[in-house]
Amino acid sequence: MAFISAGYNPDKPMEGRITDIGPKKFDQFYPPVIAKNKGQWEYHEIIEPGVLMHKAKSGDEVYTVRFGGARLMSVTHLREIMAIADEYCGGYLRFTTRNNVELMVTDKDTALKLKADLNGRKFAGGSYKFPVGGTGAGITNVVHTQGWVHCHTPATDASGTVKVTLDEVFGHFTNMDLPAPLRISMACCLNMCGAVHCSDIAILGYHRKPPIIDHEYLDNMCEIPLAVAACPMGAIRPTKTEINGKEYKSVAVKNERCMFCGNCYTMCPSLPLADKEGDGLVIMAGGKISNRLSEPKFSKVVVAFIPNEPPRWPTLAKTIRQIVDAYAADAKKYERLGDWAERIGWERFFEKTGLEFSEHLIDDFRDPAYYTWRQTTHFKF
Amino acid sequence: MAKHETPLLDQLESGPWPSFVSDIKQEAEHRQANPDNVEFQIPQDVCDDLLGVLEMSYRDGETHWKHGGIVGVFGYGGGVIGRYCDQPEMFPGVAHFHTLRVNQPSGKYYTTEFLGQLADLWDFRGSGLLNLHGATGDLVFLGTTTPQLEEIFWTLTHDLDTDLGGSGSNLRTPACCLGESRCEYACYDTQLACHTLTNEYQDELHRPAFPYKFKFKFDGCPNGCVASIARSDFSVIGTWKDDIKIDQDAVKGYVNGEFAPNAGAHSGRDWGKFDIVEEVIDRCPTKCMSWDGNTLSIDNAECYRCMHCINTMPRALKIGDERGATILVGAKAPILDGAQMASLLVPFIEVNPPDYDELKEVIENLWDWWMEEGKNRERIGELIRRQGFQKMLEVTGIKADARHVSAPRANPYIFWKEEDVEGGWTRDINVFREKHQR
Repeated sequence: MAFISAGYNPDKPMEGRITDIGPKKFDQFYPPVIAKNKGQWEYHEIIEPGVLMHKAKSGDEVYTVRFGGARLMSVTHLREIMAIADEYCGGYLRFTTRNNVELMVTDKDTALKLKADLNGRKFAGGSYKFPVGGTGAGITNVVHTQGWVHCHTPATDASGTVKVTLDEVFGHFTNMDLPAPLRISMACCLNMCGAVHCSDIAILGYHRKPPIIDHEYLDNMCEIPLAVAACPMGAIRPTKTEINGKEYKSVAVKNERCMFCGNCYTMCPSLPLADKEGDGLVIMAGGKISNRLSEPKFSKVVVAFIPNEPPRWPTLAKTIRQIVDAYAADAKKYERLGDWAERIGWERFFEKTGLEFSEHLIDDFRDPAYYTWRQTTHFKF
Repeated sequence: MAKHETPLLDQLESGPWPSFVSDIKQEAEHRQANPDNVEFQIPQDVCDDLLGVLEMSYRDGETHWKHGGIVGVFGYGGGVIGRYCDQPEMFPGVAHFHTLRVNQPSGKYYTTEFLGQLADLWDFRGSGLLNLHGATGDLVFLGTTTPQLEEIFWTLTHDLDTDLGGSGSNLRTPACCLGESRCEYACYDTQLACHTLTNEYQDELHRPAFPYKFKFKFDGCPNGCVASIARSDFSVIGTWKDDIKIDQDAVKGYVNGEFAPNAGAHSGRDWGKFDIVEEVIDRCPTKCMSWDGNTLSIDNAECYRCMHCINTMPRALKIGDERGATILVGAKAPILDGAQMASLLVPFIEVNPPDYDELKEVIENLWDWWMEEGKNRERIGELIRRQGFQKMLEVTGIKADARHVSAPRANPYIFWKEEDVEGGWTRDINVFREKHQR
């Protein structure tokens, strides 16, 4: 494994350096039918799950076959997708915001043949490689974060919890049988690099133990004032502590004020929170980002804690199933999960989903909490 | 033969959804076999060791990646995330496992030629594992070693004509929906706006000079497929000011069952015959529509463009022609003081290529304010709350409008300024006492 240089000379880093060129321009990647009809689309139709047809004013049609994938993907897997794109669509493809892949062809027969080809390919372990679906009133791909695969702050794994969730609701990915789209998102800690706070169902990794303080190293690893300032609850203060007769500058944490956000750890590596028993999942529900019918809204916490149960997180899978089944059975056509919950009332939501309401679900964080308490006699028995 | 036993991860190979475990195993085997004789520049067993360390996390219930690590490419303050394993002796293949964010083409269209070049580069100098794509929008190269970073950057910029994305306290890689390229709802060319502003603000993207991160996202219509209203500091959502265009014959097509409602999105269940009154007229949130059995009418002045009727009957109803965008500001995830949705700042703005001067003026006024007043790690949404919505209006030169609020304030605690009040605030107590005894 000899080092091979691409041309960079570490002694003269500025020599031949190219910077600030930005991304490649998007329009060089348009399939011809897209380039020709851009801005001139007339309408679209989902002809079957995972297959869209867009009709242009010119009369042209483009058939898009959409399939799901784990957003963590290998180049071998990608090369298989590329070979399919070369075979069916002239070497063009695109990815969606929700980690689906789209292949575009110009006739229906090829689209359906492509769909069958994609659905016929499986990994050695038995799962689909390229399941077609993710359209219309169903459940599309779950956006997520890195988790234990690559991140330093997670309270759970992302890829694993998402795999388990999508296995559980797979029938709604390949079929459009729900009242409206149901978007599930996953973030493995409160930083939410995949912001999940406005999803129909959000799976959120959460800590429940305050940071452990690595006193002997803290002053060398962190700026103590920054660690103190990082705490939104004012729970951290500078202190001196003695270990084996030696005095160290460090911090003290008022544990009862901690809300386990982990911001201190982001600022100071000597304050880790991760803990096998402490960490787990929060389930939030009823958010949306579309302006359709009702306003965009935040997801609400409906399950305060589910323990980490790798590798298959059975309680998570069961909880998701309970919510999806109750929604599917009871919501009106076009009604998003949050609109359904508001129409029937949250007291009914807990009744119909079979989820238990507990004191943890009553907001007590700062002023906005008050606005979520019920200031009316309007409630249902 | 697998390097590490992974009995827990193996249980994620079953079930229908594509298994990331099967895929990483596939890549591990590919690297072992190395049929193309690639001179791997990072350990050949990187994928095996990733599976090993991940299995350990599945057993321990805790991550095994260390905090931080400042690595990058010369002259940039973002685009590379340093990552080190906390058990490097057990898993030397992932001792360094740095991430690079590669700025995706707007709308995420690719050719296999370009993706193939990226794949070759990543086989050669990285783990062979990617994210397609990261949450902000970048194509993410997952896992390489420090000596490879400059080499990868060199190849990206010299041979692949592409650049890194953002990380840290800078402009994050902007993202957009596919817009006019394949959607009849798009009210402006989201891809061109995204691409142009990404290039305009390369310095802000690569060299952190902000209090914290700043995200642009461009949605073509109020359906919001890139979630800009929830996920971006600066959300641009397409809209229109004139009338929804109606094709009455096509409306009848929906009513008589010739066309599937909502573009066929509900075909997996029998919802009964389409009922235009129940499904469209009565559901309209502003009640601005009527149907007399023959003709659909819309009182467009009362419409607030929620998209429901257009989504439900896409052949019959079309967005208006006087198009532009709405700007909303300040969305963020919960860290620290709770999540925020973006708040409406500009009800309607023209989105004009090639220069987008109207958008840039708003952006730069906001940045000037935030860079002057923002605290370390304060998002602009938090600054608006700390200094007040009125301050944002002042710095952007935008006049207060009833559209800015869902309701006027319910308290009278108005922060009047001295110049607002006749005669000012300086008064003589003796003059007051001439009329009022102590």
